[in-house]
Parts: sequence; C-alpha cells; structure tokens
Amino acid sequence: MGTYIARRLIAMMLLLIALSIIVFLLFAALPTNPAALTCGKQCTPQVIRQNEIRLGYDKPIYVQYGSFMKGIAVGRTFGSGSQTFECPAPCLGYSFFRGANVTDLIKDRLPVTAVEALGAFVLWMVAGVSIGILAALRRGKWQDRLSMALALVGYSFPSFFIGLVLLFFVVFKFKIMAYPAYTPFSSDPGAYLRSFILPWITLAVLYAALYARLTRNQMLDTMGEDFIRTARAKGLTERVVVGKHGLRAGLTPIVTAAGLDLSALLGGAVITEQVFGLPGLGKLTLDAVLQSDLPLMTATVLVIASFIVVANLVVDLLYAVIDPRVRLG
Amino acid sequence: MSRFLEVDDLHVSFRTEDGVVQAVDGVSFGVDKGETIAIVGESGSGKSVTSASIMGLHNRRTTTITGSIRLGDDEIVGASDHRLRELRGKRMAMIFQDPLSSLHPFFTIGKQLVEALQVHSDLSKAQARVRAVEMLQKVGIPNPEKRAGEYPHQLSGGMRQRVMIAMSLMNDPDLIIADEPTTALDVTVQAQIIELMKKLQDEFGTAIVLITHDLGVVAETADSVAVMYGGRVVERGSVRDIFYRPQMPYTWGLLSSLPRLDDERLARLDPIPGNPPSLINLPKGCVFRPRCQYHQFVEGNRCETERPVLDEVATGHSIRCHLDAAQRERLGTERLMVKTVTSPLKEGA
Repeated sequence: MGTYIARRLIAMMLLLIALSIIVFLLFAALPTNPAALTCGKQCTPQVIRQNEIRLGYDKPIYVQYGSFMKGIAVGRTFGSGSQTFECPAPCLGYSFFRGANVTDLIKDRLPVTAVEALGAFVLWMVAGVSIGILAALRRGKWQDRLSMALALVGYSFPSFFIGLVLLFFVVFKFKIMAYPAYTPFSSDPGAYLRSFILPWITLAVLYAALYARLTRNQMLDTMGEDFIRTARAKGLTERVVVGKHGLRAGLTPIVTAAGLDLSALLGGAVITEQVFGLPGLGKLTLDAVLQSDLPLMTATVLVIASFIVVANLVVDLLYAVIDPRVRLG
Repeated sequence: MSRFLEVDDLHVSFRTEDGVVQAVDGVSFGVDKGETIAIVGESGSGKSVTSASIMGLHNRRTTTITGSIRLGDDEIVGASDHRLRELRGKRMAMIFQDPLSSLHPFFTIGKQLVEALQVHSDLSKAQARVRAVEMLQKVGIPNPEKRAGEYPHQLSGGMRQRVMIAMSLMNDPDLIIADEPTTALDVTVQAQIIELMKKLQDEFGTAIVLITHDLGVVAETADSVAVMYGGRVVERGSVRDIFYRPQMPYTWGLLSSLPRLDDERLARLDPIPGNPPSLINLPKGCVFRPRCQYHQFVEGNRCETERPVLDEVATGHSIRCHLDAAQRERLGTERLMVKTVTSPLKEGA
C-alpha cells in the first residue's frame, strides 16, 4: 500500500510536469504578447520591449519555463532594480492585466468555488441516489417512469438554460428571493449563503439527473445478482436485502463517478458562475481567456488539472478500501 | 402417506414479453427427513423454478403459483411474506450453483454466516460467530477462525461451496435445496462436496432436494428421483427404478446419453435428437412426443392429442407415457441391444 501510494504520487508529479510543459508550449504559440497587456493605451513599442525584459519574456521559452517551475518551488522576483516585486512560493506567475500575483487571485476564488461545488455535490448525491434507488425498486411503475422522465429532462438542458430559467421564475416572476448578488462572507454570512442557492440548485439538477439514472441502473444490475437471491434465501427482510446487501454493492461504482465529478466541479463551473455572477475559479478562468491573460490561464489550467489528478488517486485509494477485491500494487 | 416435504400438483407460470411461460405444470413429489430426492432434467425443464417456488424466491409480481407445497405443517403456496421469511433460512435453506456469485463480494465469510444465524435467533454477534466458526470447521475448512475473516474471492471454488453449505446449515434446517451444487466445480472437488453433503445429511437428518442434470451425482446420492421434462415429472421412482428399470423413453434417452466407463470403449453416445420444447406453446399431447422415437408404437395419435397422466407402473414408480407395459418391456430391452450392436468398435472389428 505504501509503495503503491509512493509510486502513484511520483507518477502524478510526472504527469503534472508533462502537462505544464504542454500548456506552456501551447500558450507560447499564441499570437499574444503578454507584455502588450501591461500598458494599455500608453503602449509604445519601447514600453512593450521594456516590459518584456522586465517580465522575462525576452528569454527563450525553456528559460521562461525554468523560472516558472522555480517560482512554484521557491518563489520568484519579477523585474530588476527599483521596480522589482516579490512573488512568494508557490508562485504561479504574475497577472499583468490585473496587477496581482496569480496565486493570490486563485486563493481568493477557490473558497467560492469550493462552497459552490460541495453544496451542489451534497444536494445532487442525496437527490440523485435516492431517486435512483426509488426508481429501481419501483421498476416499471409510475415512480420509475416519472423519475426517469424528469432525469432525461434534467440532463438534456444545458446548465445556462437551467440557471436562466431558475433566475426567471424564482427572482423575476414569482419574486421568491431578490437577485442573489454575491456578497462576501465577512460582510453578510446570510447573503453570502443566499447567493449560492440558485447555483447549487442549477448544478444539482444537472448532476442529480445523471446520478439518478446511474444509480437506478447500478441497483437494477445488483438486485439481479446471485448474492441478492442468497440474502433473500437467508430469510432477511426486503429492507435489509436492499438497504444492506444491495446498496453496499450497487453504490460502490458510484463513488468513483462522484469523486471525479466533484473534482471537475472544484475546477470551477464556468457557465454557472458566469450566469450567477459568482466570483469563482470558473469565472476567473473564463475571464483570463477572454482577456488573454496568459499567466493566469496557464496557472488555472494547471490547478484544475491537479485537482483531477489528485481526485483520481483519492478515488482509487478509496475504492481499495470499499471493495475488498481490489488490491493495490 | 404424507412426507415431510410434499409437493402436490404444483403449477407455476410467469408472464414474459413473449407470453405466459408454463414453467411447471402439475408437478408432484415428496421427500422425508434424512432422504434425498434428485430432480433431474435438461435446462428449461422447470427444475430450478420448482426449487425457487419451494423457497418462495420467485418474483411475486409476475409469477402465478397454484397447487400445494407442504413443509411439515406449513403450506408454502399462498403463505404470507412474513411467514415465508421465517421459514427461509430457518427450516429450509438453499445451496446455489455458483458459490462465487452467490456470496456477497463485500462482506467477510464470517459476517455472512453470522447474519444467516442472527436473522432467526436472538444470539449475540459473538455467540453467532462461535457457531459460524464451528460450522466452517464441520464442512472441512482448515483454519476456520482465520477464514471467517476473509472475503469470498480469497477462497477456492470448492472452499466457497463449503462455505455455502455451512451457511445453509447455520440454523439446522429440516430441508436443504441444492440447485446444481457441483456444476461449477472441478470434478475432483465435486466428489468431495457430494461426500460432504452425504456426511452432513447423516449427521443432521436433513431432507435434501437435489436439482441436477448430472446423473452421476444422482446415482451417488439420491434415494429417489423425479425426471422432469417440459415442466412435468415424466418419471418418478427410487434411484434403482430409474437406473435399472427405466420405463419412459425420455429417461431411456437421458441414460443413453451418459458416457460409461464399463461400456464398450468408443461406444457411440446416443443423444436425444432435437431440443427441449418452448414452455410458451407446449404441444397439446405428450410434451416429449416431438423428440420421441417410439410414438409410432402407440395406437392412433394419442401422443399428439392426449396428455399422458402420471401412472404408477410398480410400487413407488410412476411414468407419464402412452406405451403399454408389454411395449415398454420390449422396447426397453431392444434399446439396450441396439446400443451394443451399433458400437463402432464391433463394426470395425
């Protein structure tokens, strides 16, 4: 187990390094000069040239990559002479467009996305899995048909549509709540949580629909297994047969899917955050792309990728714990 | 005379997309404690459906059962879910064909045995565990204390089937239904499992219903045999009746398709031509008629139009066939002769 984890961690680091090289090369190939973004209207070729030198964009690409990696490990200093500024480790770069360290920008946005993703996760797991179990147990009856029809509707709609429909009915038509403008937690915790309600529901609808179908299929498969017949042959009540023997086997594969979906969502729900104006990681990434903010783009892509890689490892380890047949090594 | 398990005129049908399947059509047999009855037949003959009906494990929504299944003083057909659950595992237990898929992959063996006991008793977990280890020992599992903490996938096929047997015996049931208990096992292991079942039957005095298509296993273990075809019992008798004095063409066919070591080497096996009938549209008369080589000996076309009834031809030996006693005597003897004559070894010599 120990060696397995060590091996996986090393593989994970190598993967992330490879990924960072690819991202770096890709973005270097873009016809955008990051230095041109530093000065706006006052840009003259001289200023741009000066900034290129100040920010290190005059160096060859491998040197730039070297400083980037070094920045993550030990931090780095941009510029020279009186105009230097520090970027402490882990330094993911400096956004000239925003005039801020990328690490700080991401640190600011991460909690918003985390609250958004975790809230939605809880909602969709509870709703999706219970609906799926219900549908499986009432297979072919109206409960099954209704929930599967709803699930189909739920995941057929794109998230911006669900978000806008929610906004329209909840906020404008029936005025159940005011427009949930994002409010920092420190200024008003109540308003802070309120601003997440609609994004949570939007994401939960989408994923719950998916998980309801997944759970239903898993449960139907499992309930047809021989060991379920054995459980019945023991004289167990149907509740124990389903609730203990069925769920234990049926929900195991769902853990994998859930872990990966959660990690992807932690990288930011780009569309949902945009619709509801939530300043999360997804919105930050989108803005970075729209503004050609290269250092910010590089960093967000890497951060999101590391979430997924780490989640993969966690899910694999978790799987070995919940499924005794899986041996790591 | 009423036996411990008495199945009487059992009919089981279920709805499918293709139509109503009459899986069991008027089956009767019985078995006493300490005895073994083998139910023999091809796939789709209704033997597994019969056993599921006895356990009450059929799908209640789609299945219709009529007739009677009496277990001691209990009538199983039409019994409440609650009563059935009390009987299942406690008075009647079941051993399944594939022990790997029949054991829960995520629970330890000990846990699964303990659960079987705790459903039907107020024993504590620790007490139940003592019994579980004791039963594992009894079914010949070495190091039972350690094995109880392991998962099914960590055991060999034979060991798993021993675990299934231990599980079925946890509550000291009066009846065990073994549905092809050796089919998924290696031949050498099959013999061990059969030996074990016989030994435990002597010790516990359990009645066993053995569902199988393996006539070797039948000869080894059964006291009486019911041969099933197309959802009906076509011949029923003691194990000696069936093996030495078979009276019905289907049973003849079954026995001829069995390879024998004491027969002429290279003697050709004599399979029954054709396939078992679809249970959705059964032939009107005798279900075996389309595959029977002897129906032309029956006068008129009774085999096509008239369903044969289960007739007692000797004490405790019944068959469903329109052939009369003299014809059966003659054809039965001829059958054995024909087989010897057509042996390729003799032809070539």
